[in-house]
Formats: sequence, structure tokens, C-alpha cells
Amino acid sequence: MFEEYLNLFIRAVFVENMALAFFLGMCTFLAISKKVQTSLGLGIAVIVVLTITVPVNNLILHNLLDEGSLAWTGIPALEVMDLRFLGLLCYIGVIAALVQILEMTLDRYVPALYNALGIFLPLITVNCAILGASLFMVERHYDFGESVVFGFGAGFGWALAIVLLAAIREKLKYSDIPAPLQGLGITFIIVGLMSLGFMSFAGVQL
Amino acid sequence: MATAKLKGVLFNPIFNNNPIALQILGICSALAITTTLENTVTMCLAVIFVLTFSNFFVSLIRSHIPTNVRIIVQMTIITSLVIVVDQVLQAYAYEISRQLSVFVGLIITNCIILGRAEAYAMNNSPVASAVDGFGNALGYSIVLLFVGASRELFGSGTLAGIEILRPVAEGGWYEPNGMMLLPPSAFLLIGGFIWLLRAWKPEQIEETPFRIAPNSRPARAY
Repeated sequence: MFEEYLNLFIRAVFVENMALAFFLGMCTFLAISKKVQTSLGLGIAVIVVLTITVPVNNLILHNLLDEGSLAWTGIPALEVMDLRFLGLLCYIGVIAALVQILEMTLDRYVPALYNALGIFLPLITVNCAILGASLFMVERHYDFGESVVFGFGAGFGWALAIVLLAAIREKLKYSDIPAPLQGLGITFIIVGLMSLGFMSFAGVQL
Repeated sequence: MATAKLKGVLFNPIFNNNPIALQILGICSALAITTTLENTVTMCLAVIFVLTFSNFFVSLIRSHIPTNVRIIVQMTIITSLVIVVDQVLQAYAYEISRQLSVFVGLIITNCIILGRAEAYAMNNSPVASAVDGFGNALGYSIVLLFVGASRELFGSGTLAGIEILRPVAEGGWYEPNGMMLLPPSAFLLIGGFIWLLRAWKPEQIEETPFRIAPNSRPARAY
């Protein structure tokens, strides 16, 4: 049991890294990776949000949307209903609502963390890594336990990737780059090389 | 006058203000599906459809949307359009829909779409917004098609399934470059695309944060 979860975690962090293998959350990944400090804050926010939203969406899928999942209501008409086409709308709604609730809770009870995360929390709603993880959870038929581990692992992998990229970019300021490659161009190429590096983890299994 | 302006709205995003190469928008949901030209074209059509109509509908009701819930309203419009695309693909192109897997759903969080709704459709007339959406989707498609075509051509020697370079395995001369089918090559290709674009249009070059002074003479340095 534990082994299985550990394996899933390692896979989500390294082999199937959200940013470097699936290109998810790229916009924020490229735009907010100029400083290690800020990218660390964003990374932590992504971990928190992913660890919560993936399991919650898992519960919604299995108790409301999936075919026959409304059987608990006892109404015959609902027992055969398949609402999976509403999935996208529900997941994005859950993510937006949860981010909002998380923001208010943090503001009220943990103001230090709230200030550290700052503007990144609301930005996370439209980060594709969050919605992407929920969609992967649906596609790969994870159960509740697996979705907790997967959510955390996916967030951790994303955070790791953005902190690494930010560290490289901080050093990069001192290098002499051809003018048209300056900025965005060279960043893309670096991400490509990082992604090559992460590919060496492929096939790692515990 | 009006047509000249619309023309600018349509063509500016293609090279002068490209959403991917300059605005850093909408990279997320795009790159993983550029391994074959067929998938790329499907994705481009989906984005063109969603972006044009989401801009149109958001602009249509822009004066009735309360400011503080506008993001949710825009998201709902976008999501509904994406659900339409998703269902149509599942019904009529199931094979492609399976290959695109989660990336159709991820059009919702494609930042170009929300970005254009927020930046353009909220302040402009429905027709102009639809044109703007179409133009931005075209700019996005150009980059995607470039990446998709090069990856399929060099990765498997075909274009849209038609054999162009006959691979060694089938008695030809071309040794397929397997790396092109792997994720890193997409990044490298986009990096290259930006390089070409900015070499052609130097005004898009980003300013260097600072300049390193030329090496000083050893005698002075010590």
C-alpha cells in the first residue's frame, strides 16, 4: 500500500513532472521565475492548492457526476444519470471557489503565510497545472487516497521545477546572450534542456 | 477607416504582437499535442472557435456584467464553449479526442482566452472583439503549426500522415530524429521561433537588465 503511494509520488514529481513533461502551468512558470524568492512562494501556493483541489474534485466525480454515482439519493431517475459532461464546469468552479476560500482563511488565521503568497493565490485559479491535475485524476481513475498523493506530488514537482528554473535565470543575467534570444527565447531553451534532464528519470520505479 | 482599424486588429497579433512569442500567453495547453500535424490542426481549430466566440459573447454582455464577478462570468462562457468542442470531438473524431486527452479541457485555462476577454472584449464592440479573438487565435496557430510541422517532419518523416522523407526502416534514407517526438524539442523549437521572429523584428528584443563592461586590463585589475 505504502509502496504503491510512494511510487505514485515519485512518478508525479519526476517522471511525469507537470511543468517539464506535460507543459502545464507554463505561463506562470515562465513569467514568474525571475527570482528564487517569489517562485518559492508561488510553488508553495501551488502545492497547497493542488493537494486540496484534486481530492475534492475526486469526491465530486465519484459522488455526483459519474454514472450511477447519484444512487445514494434513492431517486430512480437519478440513479442512471451520467453527468460527466458537466465535469469541466464543476472542476473549474471548485478550483475558483477553493482558492477564494483558502485566501480568506489564510488572511484571517495565518496572515504571515497570506502575505508571503500575496498576489499568487488568485493567479492560481487560471494555472493550467491545477485543472490539468484534476483532469489527469479523472482520466487515470485514481481513488481518493491516490488522488491525495498525486495532488501533492504534482504540486511538489511543479514547485521544484520553477525554483530550479528561477535559480538558473538568476545566474543567467550575467551571461552574454545574442540580442534576439534575450529574455523569453533563452528561457524556452533552458526549460527544454531541463526537461531533457528530467527525462532521465523515465522508467524509475520503486 | 473602420475597416483599416479592423485589419490592424486582425493582423497585429500574428507577428507584431504574437500571443505566444511576445505576450507569454497560452503556452500551457499547446505544446504537448504538437507531435503530429493532425493533432495540431485540430487544436488550432478548437482554439480559433473558442476564442472568437468567447470574445464575441463576453463583449455582447459586457455592459451587464458586474465588475466584481466578471471573471466567473467569463469563465462560464469559456467553459461552455469548451464543453461544446469537447463533446463534438468525442462524437465525430473520437481517435483525435483520445490523443488530445486532457488538453481539450485545458483550453479553459489557456491564458490567451481569458486574457483577451479581459483586455479587449470587455471594452470593445462585439464585432471588433470577435475579429480580435480570431486574430489572436491565428497568431497562436502560426506558432503551433510551425512547431507541429517541424516536429512531425523531422520526428517521423511525415506531414499530416503523408510520407515526405522516407525513413531508413522502410528502405529510405532518412534517419528519424526521435528527440523531436519528446517534450524538450517543443521548447527548443519555440525558443528558435522567438529567435527568428526577433531577428526579423528587432523592436521586440527585450532590454538587457544591465551590460557587462568589457574586460579590464590585467594591470589595472590587480
